[in-house]
Amino acid sequence: MRKLSNNPAIDTATKLVVVAVMMFAFVFVVMVPLYNVLCDALGINGKTSGQAYTSVQAGVDESRLVTVQFVATNNQGMPWEFGPTTTVMQVHPGAVNETVFLASNPLPRAMIAQAIPSVSPSRAVAYFHKTECFCFNQQPLEGGAEAELPLQYIVDRDLPADIKTITLSYTIFDVTDMANGTVAAR
Amino acid sequence: MGDHHHGPAKGLSRWLFTTNHKDIGTMYLWFSFAMFILGGTFAMIIRAELFQPGLQLVEPAFFNQMTTLHGLVMVFGAIMPSFVGLANWLIPMMIGAPDMALPRMNNWSFWILPPTFLLLASTLFMEGGAPAAGWTFYAPLSTTYAGPSVTYFIFCIHVLGLSSIMGSINIIATVMNMRAPGMTYMKMPLFVWTWLITAFLLVAVMPVLAGCVTMMLMDVHFGTSFFSAAGGGDPVLFQHVFWFFGHPEVYIIILPAFGVVSQIIPAFSRKPLFGYDSMVYATASIAFLSFIVWAHHMYTVGIPVAGELFFMYATMLIAVPTGVKVFNWVTTMWRGSLSFETPMLFSIGFLVLFTIGGFTGLMLSIAPADFQYHDTYFVVAHFHYVMVAGAVFSMSAAIYFWLPKWCGRMYNETMGKTHFWISFIGFNVTFFPQHFVGLAGMPRRIPDYALQFADFNMISSIGAFVYGLSQILFLYNVIATIVAGKPVSDPKVWDGAEGLEWTIPTPAPYHTFETPPAVR
Repeated sequence: MRKLSNNPAIDTATKLVVVAVMMFAFVFVVMVPLYNVLCDALGINGKTSGQAYTSVQAGVDESRLVTVQFVATNNQGMPWEFGPTTTVMQVHPGAVNETVFLASNPLPRAMIAQAIPSVSPSRAVAYFHKTECFCFNQQPLEGGAEAELPLQYIVDRDLPADIKTITLSYTIFDVTDMANGTVAAR
Repeated sequence: MGDHHHGPAKGLSRWLFTTNHKDIGTMYLWFSFAMFILGGTFAMIIRAELFQPGLQLVEPAFFNQMTTLHGLVMVFGAIMPSFVGLANWLIPMMIGAPDMALPRMNNWSFWILPPTFLLLASTLFMEGGAPAAGWTFYAPLSTTYAGPSVTYFIFCIHVLGLSSIMGSINIIATVMNMRAPGMTYMKMPLFVWTWLITAFLLVAVMPVLAGCVTMMLMDVHFGTSFFSAAGGGDPVLFQHVFWFFGHPEVYIIILPAFGVVSQIIPAFSRKPLFGYDSMVYATASIAFLSFIVWAHHMYTVGIPVAGELFFMYATMLIAVPTGVKVFNWVTTMWRGSLSFETPMLFSIGFLVLFTIGGFTGLMLSIAPADFQYHDTYFVVAHFHYVMVAGAVFSMSAAIYFWLPKWCGRMYNETMGKTHFWISFIGFNVTFFPQHFVGLAGMPRRIPDYALQFADFNMISSIGAFVYGLSQILFLYNVIATIVAGKPVSDPKVWDGAEGLEWTIPTPAPYHTFETPPAVR
């Protein structure tokens, strides 16, 4: 390698400083994005896509039914009433299904919420497509107001046959304080 | 500066402005011993609280601060600086160099440590108390739910990382550029080899820890959401980043200890180290493997089965080079003319107890079994067998082995052996029962426990007090040696010791190897 200094020790040290700086950058430039990409691609942690599904399925598979369950959880300190109107649906793979969650803000002030989805079993993540979801955006609600939050989804025709039940869980977070910053919606 | 070459400066400025590797090594060693006592005090508070079930002495919030600070102070304040101190003293003397390659940076990397730990300890008196999220400070416990002290903690970690990186760069620069003519890499003493590899590990992973706490800082103060699910982040990401640092960190702590016993066991077996080359390659393999096993700390977070299997097999693979090392040490002793002075006793104690810790590590590496062991006292027992009986025992061995060389006075052998036996018994009484309560399901980091664990916990606490007190004997022996030990003047203090550091006069002069020695 090129000599950086006449003192070989300073030469070595300079190269090592570069390595250390690169390892620091590695955390932000490689580890964090790679983690998110891997989680999206492999459906690890039950993370679902933050974007609406736009492809078209090749017809409805009438031969089998899949049970889809809905679960809602409030994160610590979140005062909203939040839950599904229907807790269980029987759906055919390939069909477009709709359901509605209800949210109400019991406090007298306006708040902003973000729902974070998670699909279980994690193998099913790649086969559970949301064409429309309230979780794609932050949900503002005036004090004392109520809202119907729509969800539209398709279970993929290629869902492995041994998966008979899929659970979609939402955790709702209070993001009023952080809503001014840029927040990735997932 | 030409006329300053014959001895140290006088007074306090000698220590503040010194660039002498021996002075800096001494300061590192004393500082780490002070931190060992501080971290030990925290441990005594923990064991006193756990002496009986129920809440006895301290509030749960304070108990959490104690477990957290105990871990942080022992890892970053006691063990790591102690080995850096040893490296400072020994590496130039072992490779025939006059000093470290970058002496002024050396001074700086030491002197930023004491203020940092003062700052960390001062958080105990803050409103809201010291950091209490455990030494692994998992988010969001350490971000969303942390007190104001988290910012001080983050700053401390940054500075400690800086100190470690500078120390490591110095060691690498010294070993690569300042070896005496003829001292090829494969002739270097194993302590130098293990430290060279450790230093590379430090340069690679301390910046990752810095990145990790930087993300925490941004989450806490600047509205980012690296670890906050509400903003699209992920708490599990924290664990991946932390353990990408944390697992190599384990080897950063233990590799220099391997180096120490690899010097001491041959000296008291009066035989050269068996399998020198394989020792070097085993050390390098362990260092490489340490980068691809981090998720074995996270089996229970819900990683895919393929991931669990990969990390399980990769972790088990580490047992192979580690086994090579253990067998080499045993084979070195085989048919040697052994004698059992204090350094040898501590080295054999290391060998036996570290191997037990290695076996429990293998048990923990089995992913399905780990779901039972995870976060129990079994884990606590495991890592204290490798950290205390591994790193701390080897450090004690090193002090007894090289102290006569450094100060020209012999320690009291009876007192040394007494220290060893009290330590050995106290340590095992403390930590062996923790295997049992851990297997039975006692969770770690909790100030109270179910009644069926009461007896073993009381035994454990008694052992801890014994072990803690034995370190006072150690301190006394070291001071008594320096002040009034029996003078020794033979360059080769131990008849079986080999290496360049035993060719210079005893006590080691302030400046050594100003002209490089000839290496055969």
